[in-house]
Amino acid sequence: MKLVEERIVRHVEHVMGMPISLALRGRHADDDAAWRYALAELRHVDAVFSTYRPDSVISRLGRGEITEADCPPEVHEVLALARQTERASGGAFSAWRAGALDPSGVVKGWAVERSAAALRSLEDTDFCLSAGGDMLGRALDPDRPWRIGIEDPHDTRRVLATLAVHDGAVATSGASRRGQHIVDARTGLPPAGVASVTVVTGSLTWADIDATAAYAQGPDAATWLGHRVGRAGLVVWADGSTTAVGAAAP
Amino acid sequence: MRRIALWFLATLSTVVLLFGYRTSTSSTMPAQVAAAAPSTAADPTTSAPSTGGTATNTVTGTTASTRWGPVQVQISVARGKVTAVNVVQYPNGNGKDQEINSYAIPTLVQETLSAQSAKIDMVSGATVTSDGYLTSLQSALDKAGIA
Repeated sequence: MKLVEERIVRHVEHVMGMPISLALRGRHADDDAAWRYALAELRHVDAVFSTYRPDSVISRLGRGEITEADCPPEVHEVLALARQTERASGGAFSAWRAGALDPSGVVKGWAVERSAAALRSLEDTDFCLSAGGDMLGRALDPDRPWRIGIEDPHDTRRVLATLAVHDGAVATSGASRRGQHIVDARTGLPPAGVASVTVVTGSLTWADIDATAAYAQGPDAATWLGHRVGRAGLVVWADGSTTAVGAAAP
Repeated sequence: MRRIALWFLATLSTVVLLFGYRTSTSSTMPAQVAAAAPSTAADPTTSAPSTGGTATNTVTGTTASTRWGPVQVQISVARGKVTAVNVVQYPNGNGKDQEINSYAIPTLVQETLSAQSAKIDMVSGATVTSDGYLTSLQSALDKAGIA
């Protein structure tokens, strides 16, 4: 047992309009190259997928100036994920809303997972990479997982729950910070009854997608998430009660 | 032939069960397989039809081994079409089951905690924009690490 907590090196940059935070510990904790690579990847994805940039590939595709066949491979990958999620959520999640193309519900987790490739290649080094509250972590020592706190959607100064991540991802969807930005694509209305959904699984792509898709389903969030194999999570309801999801059979 | 068809159906259902994706093909493929399945059989177990052609047959497939553990599927067939699929045996309560459900379930903390006393490394919450970042717990953690 180590008597002294190993030093954690942290970085923060703002990309895609949100803070990207990295925590590193271990042999290559001071190596900046992997962090710079991750940021460059995220900026590239932003240039391709941003719906705020009129010159992005996704904006041009949305306006019909180019077709899917003209798009780079990563656009095909993201649109395939969006279609898969739309089917799996019974249409509650959709990247095509009111005729406009907005795959941002799929892009974020996928982009961060992709950008973590360089961090994963650092030997004997633990990393935890967070993009605006959605994160991916690896901790090599089984006794020293990353400790993740889940924010209380009703009081963001509070932590409502904690969990340990050895090698996996945590994503939370809710309305607490950006206001109500997720709607049920079947009704066009914000989901009712649910305050936030946190999903824990191996891939940040799927943690992020499932958190958004579950949240969009309002009162059905916990039931839907419970049927997704290999996911754990926490649903916080509008009345402050909670449902933990993914309890393993006794 | 029948066993192969049932094995395939069981395996197909296993895949659907394991990955939980509602794909556009999952509802039609079993029906095609079922067309090859007989309406009566002694083994695997079948409930004999009590009346004429409109009766529903319930057929239990053989147990299929998967990397997660044994899976057994029961189907109901009416007029040559699958009307229901039930998983009667699935990986449960063994080590392999833990493997697929190994992600930690969040543990509720009872009282208000500051970032420091909770001993947490990162905070997960609804998307923090750069504007809201300064008020977030994460910024406190980052600050603590950078200082």
